Amino acid sequence: MLPPVLCFERGRDMDIAEEVLNGNRLALSRAITSIENEDEKSTEIMKRLYPHTGHAFVLGVTGPPGAGKSTLTDKMAREYRKRGMTVGIIAIDPTSPFSGGAILGDRIRMNGLTLDEGVFIRSMGTRGSLGGLSHKTADAVKAMDAFGKDIIFVETVGVGQSEVDIVKAADTTMVVLIPGMGDDIQAIKAGILEIGDVFTVNKADHDGADKLVREINMMLDLDGVMKDWRPPVEKVIANQNIGVKELIAQIEKHYDYIKSNGILAERRTKRTKDEILDILGSRIGSYITQKIVDDGRLDDYVEQIKARKTDPYTVVGNVLDEMLK
Amino acid sequence: MEKKIRVLVAKPGLDGHDRGAKVIARALRDAGFEVVYTGLRQTPEQIAEAALQEDVDCVAMSILSGAHPHLFPAVVNLVREKGMNDVLIIGGGVIPETDIPALKEAGVSEIFTPGTKTSDVVDYIKEHVKK
Repeated sequence: MLPPVLCFERGRDMDIAEEVLNGNRLALSRAITSIENEDEKSTEIMKRLYPHTGHAFVLGVTGPPGAGKSTLTDKMAREYRKRGMTVGIIAIDPTSPFSGGAILGDRIRMNGLTLDEGVFIRSMGTRGSLGGLSHKTADAVKAMDAFGKDIIFVETVGVGQSEVDIVKAADTTMVVLIPGMGDDIQAIKAGILEIGDVFTVNKADHDGADKLVREINMMLDLDGVMKDWRPPVEKVIANQNIGVKELIAQIEKHYDYIKSNGILAERRTKRTKDEILDILGSRIGSYITQKIVDDGRLDDYVEQIKARKTDPYTVVGNVLDEMLK
Repeated sequence: MEKKIRVLVAKPGLDGHDRGAKVIARALRDAGFEVVYTGLRQTPEQIAEAALQEDVDCVAMSILSGAHPHLFPAVVNLVREKGMNDVLIIGGGVIPETDIPALKEAGVSEIFTPGTKTSDVVDYIKEHVKK
């Protein structure tokens, strides 16, 4: 048996950030891996790419499993390509909480885009994150942005009612629904129905599509505060490419709207703020955790708490007082 | 965050049977791998490009049609041309013993034929991917 063909070590042969900025697709791919694994190179890569971000339009695509998010993304991406825009797609599927493995199957609906050089598709597992994205989705978006993609689709896992992290990552959020999933009370519950900038009713040739459109419209009209932007509800049949152009027109309209009245700037400011606080929180958290694990104090605390000599609140208070002095 | 092993499970060529590929995909998932599955009837070009975009550690191909002497080496060459010299490439399916030496010569690291235990595939990948 011949030895397996294994040559250069990952990443060692190229300056990943530099190559990403030069438009090297393999470098972009390896940068995203680095980011996902939070390996030792990832912070350096992000620092180098960050100044080149902020140009792409980020479109969130969310909705329940089987709503047609991938199929619709595929059709919309083709339409944007016809208009000469370059496209990035990040498609997220769930990671098993038991094995840590995942089946990432969104590409099945997008195989026709694989050989288009202006499209880059990356599948990601949620890796324990519960909000419909993975922890590192936002950074992967930035890598594609720095690479020069004009529009970046972020397709969430199939969501239920409360996975709304996508609003933090996207400029415009599109909620994709299909008929036959429940009565009109479902439409007025809190959660994903509150986050849509544009609503899409896919599989509009199925029974109940018009009723669903009516219910979403009713829900939107109950919104007490009159806002400048009333989310439109568009019917599409994604697998037949029907209604896709009209949908894109609405999305463009929303993007123009948030650009022209300062909402986009506001959202991005908020995002930057959250970003700093997130990184700060996680760095401080892992710093302190590492310290008390390394010096064996964690086990001592556990013993003391078990013997009811102290309690977790006192212990945490003391640790914080000491470390953050 | 620990590094996860990412595997592309691909069906090159025109046969329409992917039960085997799905069984393998599921077994790899249960072993904690991230499995990118691209569906039926993929060209070598599509497989190689998907491997690049997904930055997989391993490409696992399944084929039942008999086109493996042509398609497996084509994928190996395209993957290598894209600069992914470190990606492990394996194959499986209905493949006659006599064809195996030539496939290995062409750069397919291992061939798994019917009757292989899924755990053998998992162990092989774990042992041979570049960490």
